[in-house]
Amino acid sequence: MIGSVQVIPAATLRAAATVVCHGGLYRLTAMFANDERMINGSFAIYVLFFSKEDAAFKTIKAIIKQDDLLEFPSLTPLMAAAAWYEREIHDLFGLTPVGHPDLRPLVLHENWSQGRYPLRKDFEPDSVESGENIDYPVPPVQGKGVFEVPVGPIHAGIIEPGHFRFSQAGENIINLEAKLFFAHRGIEKAVEGLSFSKALFQTERICGACSVANTLSYVQAVESLTNTEVPLRAEYLRVLAAELERLYNHVGDIGNLCAGLGFAAGISNGSRLKEQLMRLNERLTGNRFLRGWITLGGVTMDITQELVQDIARLLAGITDELNDLLGLLRDNDAFLDRVNTTGILPQQAALDLGVVGVAARASGVDFDIRRDFPYAAYRSLSFHVPVYTNGDVAARLWVRADEAAESIKIIDQLLEELPNGKLTGELGSVEPYQAAFSMTESPRGSNLHWLMAGENNTIYRYFVRSASYPNWPALTVAVPGNIIPDFPLINKSFELCYACLDR
Amino acid sequence: MLNLLKKIMKTGCVTEPYDGGIVPPRFRGEVAWAEGQCQSCQRCRVACPTGAIGFSGGRLTIDHSACAFCGQCVAVCEHKALAHTGEYQLAEMKNQLSGKIKSILKRSLHIRHVDAGSCNACDWEMTALTNPIYDLQQYGIDFVPSPRHADMLMITGVVTRNLTQALTMTYEATPSPKLVMAVGACAAGGKVFGNSYAIQGAVDTIVPVDIYVPGCPPRPAALIYGLLLALDRLEEVRN
Repeated sequence: MIGSVQVIPAATLRAAATVVCHGGLYRLTAMFANDERMINGSFAIYVLFFSKEDAAFKTIKAIIKQDDLLEFPSLTPLMAAAAWYEREIHDLFGLTPVGHPDLRPLVLHENWSQGRYPLRKDFEPDSVESGENIDYPVPPVQGKGVFEVPVGPIHAGIIEPGHFRFSQAGENIINLEAKLFFAHRGIEKAVEGLSFSKALFQTERICGACSVANTLSYVQAVESLTNTEVPLRAEYLRVLAAELERLYNHVGDIGNLCAGLGFAAGISNGSRLKEQLMRLNERLTGNRFLRGWITLGGVTMDITQELVQDIARLLAGITDELNDLLGLLRDNDAFLDRVNTTGILPQQAALDLGVVGVAARASGVDFDIRRDFPYAAYRSLSFHVPVYTNGDVAARLWVRADEAAESIKIIDQLLEELPNGKLTGELGSVEPYQAAFSMTESPRGSNLHWLMAGENNTIYRYFVRSASYPNWPALTVAVPGNIIPDFPLINKSFELCYACLDR
Repeated sequence: MLNLLKKIMKTGCVTEPYDGGIVPPRFRGEVAWAEGQCQSCQRCRVACPTGAIGFSGGRLTIDHSACAFCGQCVAVCEHKALAHTGEYQLAEMKNQLSGKIKSILKRSLHIRHVDAGSCNACDWEMTALTNPIYDLQQYGIDFVPSPRHADMLMITGVVTRNLTQALTMTYEATPSPKLVMAVGACAAGGKVFGNSYAIQGAVDTIVPVDIYVPGCPPRPAALIYGLLLALDRLEEVRN
């Protein structure tokens, strides 16, 4: 995917963005910076917009000359979705979004030595020492009897790290602040200068539960840059990998949701079904997270007729068992009482924050990359995109349940139609400083990887916007107004990755 | 309620005994080296993304704690000198447990998990240990919510700069005697993402580690092996 690119001076960014977004046809989907001083003497801010109706992308590239003030007009007052992207640009590049209402550090925490910007090209990693712990103010909620509940970054369960600060009036949550990026590994910087094939290894390890989605977005971006043709059989097997990933995630997440309200039979059945799917993954690829299957130009392993039968047999069993499990939930008033009307994300909030995936489709936003910007073999497959409008925990649950059933239908279809042929295509080469991006639909929503090539088929800049990125701020909108015992339930209904977000 | 009981009866008991699962043929376990085939071309060493392969005195060495079992060394070897076996029981104890710890822990173990910057794959495999198939509780082992209740810390991920303080505080909050397990290639080897401004390194650069469990991620059975090795209970469960 490339779409149109409009190059402007940074000072006019807000006006240009206003024109693109006029009428609400185009919406912000990602925003990041690039240090292009050694190419053209300037920094660049890239702002990506998409339109489902036009089936098109528009990119604004705002130029900040290196000798000018290193700042640009903030888009956050225009569109809330820009808030985190701009804080990240401020942290990593030292470019200031003027007029941003909240420029607390986001990615680099309090112990980072101030004035060092790791994604600039002249940054030297050896020069970093831990800085003095600066303040990280959390906006106070004041009033009689209001108190705070701090949770994390180490949680009580087996969960990734994040800090949550609840402001409470009794059981009622007034405000939730999420401080994340504890698992920030600096992967975007770590792969700079690596060849496309070397970086594949790190890409596959951005996130465990989204291994396939991240790898697929990355290889498709490289293939788009290098004009590589992927054989048809490989395109089908990539869809198989993506749908198996969606299926084990959704089935596991339905079980985990039951953990949010202590329904042991649900947890037990969900985790048992997930285990069966993880074992299938291991049979197919040698790794339970399907790692090592997708590669540049295609896939590494074929599936035999015997494995096709294995898949079909197991999925038939999963269909029945999942229906049993969902029956236990649908007929259970105590369960429904907890999930209905809990943790509502209003549709307008979902649109304003650029929310994607299950969370968006449960709030009436009918958008799915597989259908609206089809990739791999999706354009040859027919499937239904479930949409619910209540925006509550239940809606997110039913979206997942319906999508799991659709995934099984997609897999049946593609195994039926699996074309013969090669598994990999020859990778082409690319002129330095060309850029491309690719999007896939991960189990959590649209997953965008943007890539600029350096010399000799290496990476100059790599930017990853996972589905969890726009969805995390939405959690802090859905939670206030509920009681604190419902937080785990609401959190699990969004089921966001920390690793994908933090990178 | 009736449907619930029916479902429970229909499913029956699915729990597997120790080492009860199957290792599928495509599983990428321990990397085996055939000395006679090797031409010392070192392409495997160059291809290895985590620097787990070395050559010393004409012999190939593999640091399994750093290995991610990605298969790239096997793929580039033109002399068929490298192959993955199905072996996944690769956990290693750095020190044998002293009699004192053993007498305190006896047969039971309470674990606190610390994600120190993982991709969440190791975390999900730890969660899988509590599913009814592995049913970790059958060994008297369980996860607890607080380090103050724990005998062992299972740590996943390369230690990030942002999580270092929380990791050291959790370690200090865990009462002695305590065990520390580094779970997976990130925690045990620390080289998965190379050098980064945001990463401190393997877990043992921050806190002392007793047990290393290789894998990317280690399959649940490999984790159970590591836990029982730490408790010196392998003999008992095998019989």
